[in-house]
Amino acid sequence: MAERDPILRMRGITKDFNGVRALDDVSLEVTRGEVHAICGENGAGKSTLMKVLSGVYPHGTYTGTIELNGADAAFTDINASEASGIVIIHQELALNPLQSIAENIFLGNERARRGVINWDRTTIEAGVLLKKVGLKENPATKIFEIGVGKQQLIEIAKAMAKDVSLLILDEPTAALNDEDSDHLLELIAGMRDHGITCILISHKLREVRRIADRVTVLRDGKTIETIDMSDPDASEGRIIKAMVGRELNNLFPPHEPQIGREMFRVEDWTAYHPIDTGRIVVDHASFNVHAGEIVGFAGLMGAGRTELAMSLFGRLWGTNISGRVFKDGQEISTATVDEAVAHGIAYVTEDRKRYGLNLIGMISTNISAVALAQFAKWGIIDRNREYLTAEDYRRSMNIKTPSVSELVGRLSGGNQQKVVLSKWLVSGPDVLILDEPTRGIDVGAKYEIYGLINQLAEQGKAVVMISSELPELLGMCDRIYAISEGAITGDLRRVEATQENLMYLMTMGKEELR
Amino acid sequence: MSAETQTPTEPAAVAPRRLAIDLRQYGILAALVAIIVLFEVLTGGRLLMPGNVNNLIQQNSYVLILAIGMVMVIIAGHIDLSVGSVVAMVGAVAALAMSEWHLPWWLAVLVALFAGALVGAWQGFWVAYVQIPAFIVTLAGMLLFRGLTLVFLHGGTIGGLPNEFVAIGAGWLPNWLGTVGRTDVLTMVLGLAACVLLVVFQVSARNARKKLALPVEGLIQLWGKAIVASAAILAVCWQLANYSGTPIILIILAALILSYNFILNRSVFGRHVYAIGGNFFAAVMSGVKTKRVNFALFVNIGMLAALAGVVSTSRAGSAVASAGQNYELDAIAAVFIGGAAVQGGVGTVTGAMIGGLVMGVLNMGLSILSVDAAWQMAIKGLVLLLAVAFDLVNKRRGGR
Repeated sequence: MAERDPILRMRGITKDFNGVRALDDVSLEVTRGEVHAICGENGAGKSTLMKVLSGVYPHGTYTGTIELNGADAAFTDINASEASGIVIIHQELALNPLQSIAENIFLGNERARRGVINWDRTTIEAGVLLKKVGLKENPATKIFEIGVGKQQLIEIAKAMAKDVSLLILDEPTAALNDEDSDHLLELIAGMRDHGITCILISHKLREVRRIADRVTVLRDGKTIETIDMSDPDASEGRIIKAMVGRELNNLFPPHEPQIGREMFRVEDWTAYHPIDTGRIVVDHASFNVHAGEIVGFAGLMGAGRTELAMSLFGRLWGTNISGRVFKDGQEISTATVDEAVAHGIAYVTEDRKRYGLNLIGMISTNISAVALAQFAKWGIIDRNREYLTAEDYRRSMNIKTPSVSELVGRLSGGNQQKVVLSKWLVSGPDVLILDEPTRGIDVGAKYEIYGLINQLAEQGKAVVMISSELPELLGMCDRIYAISEGAITGDLRRVEATQENLMYLMTMGKEELR
Repeated sequence: MSAETQTPTEPAAVAPRRLAIDLRQYGILAALVAIIVLFEVLTGGRLLMPGNVNNLIQQNSYVLILAIGMVMVIIAGHIDLSVGSVVAMVGAVAALAMSEWHLPWWLAVLVALFAGALVGAWQGFWVAYVQIPAFIVTLAGMLLFRGLTLVFLHGGTIGGLPNEFVAIGAGWLPNWLGTVGRTDVLTMVLGLAACVLLVVFQVSARNARKKLALPVEGLIQLWGKAIVASAAILAVCWQLANYSGTPIILIILAALILSYNFILNRSVFGRHVYAIGGNFFAAVMSGVKTKRVNFALFVNIGMLAALAGVVSTSRAGSAVASAGQNYELDAIAAVFIGGAAVQGGVGTVTGAMIGGLVMGVLNMGLSILSVDAAWQMAIKGLVLLLAVAFDLVNKRRGGR
């Protein structure tokens, strides 16, 4: 590749959201026919950059220039970018499961004349596209009858039907099993022969190393470097260093760990996907937590962290779950939420709006929701006591609200998170599983939440903290487990853990483990 | 950084919201008052004549009973389309029990309530445990139970029901305390007792809160509300006392309203109903036994529908296959006019009762004005639409 023929040049892209800079002078150059990977931590700006490129954020809402095939491009919406041959395939597939393969391939792009669909052309052309993506399926088959891996291929066929020249794939293998991943990666690597350039967003460095020609690394909304993978010194280590090379800020309250006896232990925990039941999502995970210890779980998106927690807590997620759970050395059952709560386990969900709170309910009733029995006699609630307890938590947690009778939906994200934490603390847990406890919270509230977590540990509770932010884990945890593809790939004490060795474990394929 | 800029504005942003909630609750009440005043003027004072006040209560009692069950089902995010058919079927069962099986009237009522509970258990099973949407289950129930009614009645009617049974829906308490002029004393004594109890409960609840240093409403507000409510209670009682006295159904209705208000506001079960409707996933993750709660809700509305069936059969004096037609729609309309949210999580018994009265007053006023039945239906439809539209627009303006 001596002479570069750029299909795309993005220069000086800067994008702000309400004063927060998401992209800061980002540049990206993609050569025609290559597979160009974009790597970066969660929140580094990868998705934002792709949304700028595909017109989701229209021209004028960002600064900088986009040059496509040597000409300036100013997309007003997705349709405009698609007309220029840019197609983006998102992580969540956008197929209608009840329609056929052929119908889905040509959805919004129907082979039709004056609104009347030509079914013969549709079927024939769908067959040609299916052959191109290497799928032996009848175009009349319904989408729900084929697996997720094949559905991903249908998405690519759909993109090809739109005469795509630049295909963007956002974490295409996140939901796939190994076999389907292999097939998809081969297909992507061979796209050049169809005259298609690919931009691949991926967390899995193994995949990147396997098929990418070049890699651009983003960090904190900035371009760090573009690495040519044919370079002799291009390695996964170099990509990792570029991804995490930021300084650790002193954002964490001091904490003197006082670690006691083992309080919570999980052995060989395994769970399969509830719909794609052949896919193992939590793979023989074993871990333990001691009293007074804060244990972190580091993993990239789709690694199975939340699935591990939710399958443990009342089997709220997954199917075919197996494994053993011990509390204080005794084997316990956590098969229902009630049992888990009764054994002193609390799970603070990652998605507080969806799973954590009744947003149209009052703060006080949300706080009492888990431990309502504490406030009731013969099934009748003592609302005054409920109110007073909520008031106590409002003060101790510093929930900023004029009254605990306010609706939770009116609070800011940080204050909502404090309500969720309060709700679980009322139940008096010994083991707290906190899933992304600081997601979507501003810096000040984060510090407060960290302080609360430290307090809980100092009270002798066992804390499990799941987070996508490595600095947070490194700053807070006494010990960190790394999880990749559902398997625990390592266990590092605070003194041994660095962003680099964690990232290495988090991007490690689980077959390397065996 | 954004915390600094947001925090000071938070209380200010909250204040108009609370005002909006208050306006919404009082809005329904204000609408009821406005409609009453409007028809009082349009009918030249005939709307609130003693006989009409009495009829308003007796005619609307079954819809109000149904609305109590319906509001709970709707708060939990479901719907029940079958109640009209259940009213008819249970009426038929009660009539059969008395005329064919020769059971005493009170046993017939118990049999009817049991039949309602069975119907509820049947529908609750499909909704809660098989997880078929309530819309489908109760649509099927609507057909099923209407069909069974026809089977039970062999297409005919069963009349000649005992007087005690007929009194449930169409009778009055005897005037044990005699009359002063034409005015029944018992009715006025009951009315006064209700006012005293209202004040005692309000004041003692306030004192309990005060003792715990909880925020309490102002004394002026408290007494203002108490005086307005007492005046309304006494005015209604006065009109009733000058007609035939206290309708028996009013006593039943008052007991139901008070108990269900208590259940929804104060019991763990009631809290779980709101939790399921507010955020189903959050309820599951908080350990709420959602299946059990949903099942209980349908058993409950089944029994309330049975009670409504008893009342409507007793008022009609006979069981007919066409009984209870469109009752489900009246009950659902009452609940939504009363401020319940279509997506669940919001609603009150009081609101549903006011909503039911809005529809009732509308019915009666239009009838007195001899408005054509076809137009009455059309007007009721528009009122329902406007009430819910007003509610949604209000919510959107208040931010979600």
